Amino acid sequence: MTPIISVANLSKTYGSGFKALNGINLEIKRGEIFALLGPNGAGKTTLISIICGIANPSEGRVTVDGHDINRDYRAARSMIGLVPQELHTDAFESVWATVSFSRGLFGKPKNPAHIEKVLKELSLWDKKDSKIVTLSGGMKRRVMIAKALSHEPQILFLDEPTAGVDVELRKGMWEVVRALQASGVTIILTTHYIEEAEEMADRIGVINKGEIILVEEKAGLMQKLGKKHLKLHLQSKVDAIPASLAAYGLELSDDGRTVTYDYDTRGERTGITSLLSDLRAAGIRISDLDTSQSSLEDIFVSLVRAS
Amino acid sequence: MNFRAVRAIYLFEMARTWRTLLQSIVSPVVSTSLYFVVFGAAIGSRIAEVEGVSYGTFIVPGLVMLSVLTQSIANASFGIYFPKFVGTIYELLSAPVSYFEIVLGYVGAAATKSIILGLIILATAALFVPLHIMHPWWMLTFLVLTAVTFSLFGFIIGIWADGFEKLQMIPMLVVTPLTFLGGSFYSVNMLPEGWRTITLLNPVVYLISGFRWSFYEIADVSIGLSVGMTLGFLVVCMVLVWWIFKTGYRLKN
Repeated sequence: MTPIISVANLSKTYGSGFKALNGINLEIKRGEIFALLGPNGAGKTTLISIICGIANPSEGRVTVDGHDINRDYRAARSMIGLVPQELHTDAFESVWATVSFSRGLFGKPKNPAHIEKVLKELSLWDKKDSKIVTLSGGMKRRVMIAKALSHEPQILFLDEPTAGVDVELRKGMWEVVRALQASGVTIILTTHYIEEAEEMADRIGVINKGEIILVEEKAGLMQKLGKKHLKLHLQSKVDAIPASLAAYGLELSDDGRTVTYDYDTRGERTGITSLLSDLRAAGIRISDLDTSQSSLEDIFVSLVRAS
Repeated sequence: MNFRAVRAIYLFEMARTWRTLLQSIVSPVVSTSLYFVVFGAAIGSRIAEVEGVSYGTFIVPGLVMLSVLTQSIANASFGIYFPKFVGTIYELLSAPVSYFEIVLGYVGAAATKSIILGLIILATAALFVPLHIMHPWWMLTFLVLTAVTFSLFGFIIGIWADGFEKLQMIPMLVVTPLTFLGGSFYSVNMLPEGWRTITLLNPVVYLISGFRWSFYEIADVSIGLSVGMTLGFLVVCMVLVWWIFKTGYRLKN
């Protein structure tokens, strides 16, 4: 299947000389949830801004469902709903008016039933006549999402959608996102809450210093890069790791009662069997053990450090 | 052509007008009435007729122009500056609208508002002085042309401005003086020779002169020149707006 968004060799240098993006190549699959992760200033927002038409690229080409974003901007932009990171809302308009305005701006005929549906899904229905200025931050965020959904986009960009939104609402928001995906909408999100990407995304891209350093299926990424940790609880306290066990790179806790061993599930040998027998040979007895897998956050941090 | 978008922008801007009715309509009407009281009644009673028309009547076209000019600029500049200021411009830039459609929506709404305002002021003036419009169609043509031209000019200022100070600067320091010195309250022919020549460099002179001609057939310069100068300024503004969107100046970084 052809990708719904295709970014080729995209670079952006700001007037100040700062190079925000450097030769980005990226393809977004139709119907997926794609999470773009990266530290602050990595170029996430710049990339989204260019695809959506808010910033001009310095080099490169972007097509949305085959439509060039410059030559064929109407067709490209009609497909996209954007929820930017910053809370940019009107102040004195009603929720209903501002959401209806967005629909008109995107050239869609009036459809009060659709606006009603969107507002209800985002728990904004009882606020439809309120002035935006009277709403809380979380509500304003949802108003922005409602604006983006008002024109029934096939692609939705969510730039840090859950920043400043409380846990309950965040859950509700992700339900909306899942329902959108189920209806065929492609979703591209950036988030600082890595557990969200872990929970929501089908694929994950990591961007740092204006370059895409990795794009991977989430499951594959977790498996590929996922280190596992084996934690051994000792029957009695030890003062130091015996020299005979140095090759395992064990880490002893401060209280001398637990030892942690990192291993790689990809490796042919995990080394667990020999570790256990070597421990016994060294006279260290084990009372309990557990294993854990590194989270996406760990993977992310190690990737960004390495790049 | 995305007519729905033009309509959405236009109605959005007009809604802002109705919401701020006091500031949009009432205050210009009040200040114009004050001009009538001060210049028309108090000072005007000591000035004899100007070119066959009583002073109070003479200043009406100038006063209407004064309001239309300043309000067109104020409306259009604020209309586009505010989304830039609060950040909602992102939506405009990411929407499937052409630059022409954006300008049509914003400038159309700003011009509509100042035309309505101009007509209201004209009606207010009729309460103070007897009015006679010899060429109503020309009067409307000048009104519309001026409103559109200066709304475009205001749109440019709104895009250029990166702070409220700049937003006020051009209207305060350039447009208001030019309007006052452009013959709103006097005939250019009343000035000494040297000043008259200098005054002819002021583009507002041509607007007011043409507009006044449509009322009383009194003009400082020929009507053709008035129309020509107005159209000329309109073209200059259009070229500037075209350039702004082409380069993304102050809109896309």
